[in-house]
Amino acid sequence: MSDRTIEHYVAPIDENSAVEVDKVKLSERRSNLWLDAWRDLRRRPLFYIALAMVLVVTAAAFFPEWFTSVDPRATDLANSNGPAEPGHPLGFTFQGADIYARIIYGASTSLAVGVLTMLITGVIGIPMGALAGFYGGWVDSFLSRIGDIFFSIPYFLAAVVVMSVMPSKNVLTISFAIGGFAWASLARILRAEILQVKNLEYVMASEAVGRSKFGTLVRHVLPNSLTPVIVYLTIALGAAITAEATLSFLGVGLNNVISWGNDIADAQSSIRVAPGSLFWPSLALTLTVLAFIVLGELLRDALDPKARARR
Amino acid sequence: MTEENTVQTLPSGAKPADANAPLVEVKDLEVTFKTGSGDVHAVRGVSFDIHAGETVAIVGESGSGKSTTATALIKLLAGNGRISGGRVLVDGKDITDYSERQMASVRGGTIGYVPQDPMSNLNPVWNIGFQVREAIRANGVATGKKNIEAKAIEVLHQAGLGDAERRLKQFPHQFSGGMRQRVLIGIGLGADPRLLIADEPTSALDVTVQKVILDHLETLTREKNTAMLFITHDLGLAAERASKVIVMSQGKIVEAGPSLELLQHPQHPYTKQLIAAAPSLASRRIHSSVGEHLVDDVKGPDLLSLAEKHDDTEAAAQAKPVVVSVKDLRKTYMIRRGSFRSDPLHAVDGVSFDIHKGTTLALVGESGSGKSTAARLVLGLEKPTEGQITVGGVEMADASGKALFDLRRRMQVVFQDPYASLDPQRSIGAIIAEPLKVHKVGDRKSRHARVSELLDQVALPAAMADRYPNELSGGQRQRVAIARALALKPDVVVLDEAVSALDVLVQAQILQLLADLQEELDLTYLFITHDLAVVRVVADVVAVMEQGKIVETGGTDEIFERPQEQYTQRLLDAIPGAGIEFGS
Amino acid sequence: MLMYVVRRLLQAIPVFLGTTFLIYFMVFSMPGDPVLALFGDKTPNPAVLEALRQQYHLDEPFFMQYLHYLQNLFTGNLGETFSGQQVTDVLARAFPVTLKLVLMAVIIEFLLATVIGLISGLRKGGIIDNTNLVVALVLSSVPPFVALFLAQYFIGIKLGWAPVTVGANTTWSAMFLPALVIALTIYVTGMRLMRGSVIEAQSADYVRTALAKGLTRRRIIPVHVARNSLIPVITNTAASFGALIAGTTVTEGIFNIPGVGKVLFDAIIKGETATVVSIVTILTILYIIVNILVDLLYAVLDPRIRYV
Repeated sequence: MSDRTIEHYVAPIDENSAVEVDKVKLSERRSNLWLDAWRDLRRRPLFYIALAMVLVVTAAAFFPEWFTSVDPRATDLANSNGPAEPGHPLGFTFQGADIYARIIYGASTSLAVGVLTMLITGVIGIPMGALAGFYGGWVDSFLSRIGDIFFSIPYFLAAVVVMSVMPSKNVLTISFAIGGFAWASLARILRAEILQVKNLEYVMASEAVGRSKFGTLVRHVLPNSLTPVIVYLTIALGAAITAEATLSFLGVGLNNVISWGNDIADAQSSIRVAPGSLFWPSLALTLTVLAFIVLGELLRDALDPKARARR
Repeated sequence: MTEENTVQTLPSGAKPADANAPLVEVKDLEVTFKTGSGDVHAVRGVSFDIHAGETVAIVGESGSGKSTTATALIKLLAGNGRISGGRVLVDGKDITDYSERQMASVRGGTIGYVPQDPMSNLNPVWNIGFQVREAIRANGVATGKKNIEAKAIEVLHQAGLGDAERRLKQFPHQFSGGMRQRVLIGIGLGADPRLLIADEPTSALDVTVQKVILDHLETLTREKNTAMLFITHDLGLAAERASKVIVMSQGKIVEAGPSLELLQHPQHPYTKQLIAAAPSLASRRIHSSVGEHLVDDVKGPDLLSLAEKHDDTEAAAQAKPVVVSVKDLRKTYMIRRGSFRSDPLHAVDGVSFDIHKGTTLALVGESGSGKSTAARLVLGLEKPTEGQITVGGVEMADASGKALFDLRRRMQVVFQDPYASLDPQRSIGAIIAEPLKVHKVGDRKSRHARVSELLDQVALPAAMADRYPNELSGGQRQRVAIARALALKPDVVVLDEAVSALDVLVQAQILQLLADLQEELDLTYLFITHDLAVVRVVADVVAVMEQGKIVETGGTDEIFERPQEQYTQRLLDAIPGAGIEFGS
Repeated sequence: MLMYVVRRLLQAIPVFLGTTFLIYFMVFSMPGDPVLALFGDKTPNPAVLEALRQQYHLDEPFFMQYLHYLQNLFTGNLGETFSGQQVTDVLARAFPVTLKLVLMAVIIEFLLATVIGLISGLRKGGIIDNTNLVVALVLSSVPPFVALFLAQYFIGIKLGWAPVTVGANTTWSAMFLPALVIALTIYVTGMRLMRGSVIEAQSADYVRTALAKGLTRRRIIPVHVARNSLIPVITNTAASFGALIAGTTVTEGIFNIPGVGKVLFDAIIKGETATVVSIVTILTILYIIVNILVDLLYAVLDPRIRYV
């Protein structure tokens, strides 16, 4: 090795060469989870499209008369499978009812089942997952085993059984038939999330301050574990609409109610002659489900910085 | 021709072809990252060179661009980063415009790399043998199944894994952190590269393990005459291990030179600041009882003066009343082994200590020593299996419900991770006011006033109250955590690795703040840490823990100057920079 | 590993008891006469009613009824269909057909998920990636029975590329279209998982280390990126069995494929609830077994679980 000398280099010293340690800069731009999420959503065109779709479906559900003045139950066999004509933009069903009017009036069924199922799923799934994950020990063992049992019956099959033996088939019973089993997945997801969050130091800090365990769960742990729950529930809303339609299609869905699933099932026999009576309600169904799934995806991106990085 | 290798740029176009030409020359290197909010210039005009067999260290705080500079040498910048200017010459050839394929031949073979975190740098789904053989095969060091296998065993032997043959079939998760780091060193040196980049290779390890591994790395590179580029945040470590030290800040080199000279005669204000704030160097200075201040007129905190202030209080400490008393504390966990058996783990195994009013007791130990469990027991966050904890005359085991709730008022805690210790969904004001609210102290208005007062105490503007944690730096978050701990005017504050995650300058600043607050409010600290160097400047009494037991207790000076136990001595020896002699 | 298998099997016992009890409970704790409920809107003849009461031991206490039901389950006595066939015989005949369909659907789904997910992940944010995302979201929004109708209408009826219904001709090629449609409606989850883990793996420390060793991307992508990303996708594929059952029921019904799903489909449509319950029970048990296999598969793929 050569006996080189290493020169001592010093960068030019200007006035501010010494660093002011950890200087406080309060930026103009405020930032927190919800604000950042909102900023992210606001920039995405898809968000507005999905939101508009949801609003239209909601409006149709509550005020169908805004959209059509035709009675969806009025049938005229002379119009059976008739083509579109003025005032009846999508034509007629096999029974001769107006397809467009039936789609508008079917929205409330789908939306009601979706929202109710989401509520039932959340009301059962959130406490089950939260308590199991946060308290651990025998509470976890007990609640998780119950969850396993419900998880082990595919919820579609469970809903088929419940709807088959249920004497009254209405919006409430079908929502219970779906949500009564779908909660198990939500509980699993939330439990896993809570297992991560509960070991963070702010949770210990809250207990060290003297807050009760349950208070800590409600105040700090749950609010910070909600992202996957919100995403799951939004997507589950769409899935419940699909499930309702599928059950109605199989004949174990709703009785005596205008529903997209029922209409699609009825149109099955005339698929060769009048595909429109099958196509249009299918499209309404698909677009509604799509809107909720897209909302779910956007919320995931907006609320989870890790997902934002994956984009 | 006199050989003078400067850290400054050689005249462009000069191409020394002689034997003494540097192995790697970095000239005016610029690295830019594309982010959502515009381009970030992480490295701005950095030049240096590395000669064969030489060890160069780049020192800097997080965000200084030190790691970026190192990864730029092998073009492994994160996806959004690119070399936006300057040249990197390896053996005189510019690699900045090399293709991926060409780079593959440089990496491993010419330049080896040892990463920082041993836990995440081995692929969990492949066994160790596979990952070592893969490196050997890629660089053509050996051919044929048998030879590659033999070479893999040799490489791991050299890296210090004695039973390499047996371990080739094992998976990363079956290895301890230190052993994984040995595997990574083996991989890095497997193809006998001429330069090894070691990016904070031991930061994730315990000090004693760190020392063994660094010693081994040093021996290996010397034997093989491998040059080494060493990236670290620890000035003491850099000076101890490298012949040349480069100090970086904000993407630029601020000072570079022979390591001893740089430490003893720093020229640049930033370097001076850094040296003044480095605990390992501060303790060394006291140890060698150099009375004079090495550094004057620096902005920023000076740990030396902080330590000296402590010397005065140490003697007076014993006279004050005992606030926290711990007797025969035990905590046993049942650890599941396999499916149907569990073994007891004595996390805390008969620990006793007293803390006097207004003083600091440091509980020091490596990971798994039980120090954090002890802290949680003292805080009442977990129930001890056996033993007594008395706080201000109240026995904690007897206290239940209301009494325990009141006891919590007198004892608060600051945790390690500034990014996890504040609830991200609450405003700073709400976080600081939480203890007041839980204990129903005052009304809305008075709580608001108290929050402003507390923010002022930790040197943060009152306007911060309606901001959220993610707008704050790590040090600022830690100050908020301190403010929260002080809200109820406690007697005792447990500092659980409270400064371990911070950069040295910020660390020194927080230590200073803690010392000021202690004096002002007559606080009692239980200081939990793995870092003996920090202990030197803050503690009055030190208790060293190993495997759930306290092996030695004593006054800080006593422990540092006359350690009685071998384990304490080993810990002291492992403090980086401890081996450096300072001129007077 | 052996201990792991034993433990996992032991864990399945309470789940098995719980699920069968739950199904039994759902059917027989409904208000009114459970036997009548089994017939829905139809009026059965008294002899059949009596036979069912015998079969389910309805004169005994509820818990004893459940035990008898378990006993029947273990002895393979699942009762008869309305047309007088043994449910077990019907299922035995239908099962191979469904297995074929499910196997085909799973293979297609797995290929779609991994290949598209890998490409999307490697080209994150590009045109291909964004197109994939849009297509995936749309496909996952189409209810399976709608997708099947559309496929049947356009590909079967309009274009004539595939048989409109399968019927007795259960060849691989005849069932390809329904299998593809099922795969298309469920591949999205797997694809998103693959994409996500490919993106994560690419910035993983061990991939950077592999590059630093001097490996080429060509080697790293299969060995370190794809291999690691496959773990969640494979387990998800197996776990999508639940969705698959729902899928086959509708699929076999619409395409008239004589499998288990078709038996269930017909039983639902005809309101043969006793048969529905029997088949659901069998499928649930199958699902539990599949879940155990998924966990074991996971252990095989991930050494961190294999060696506890």
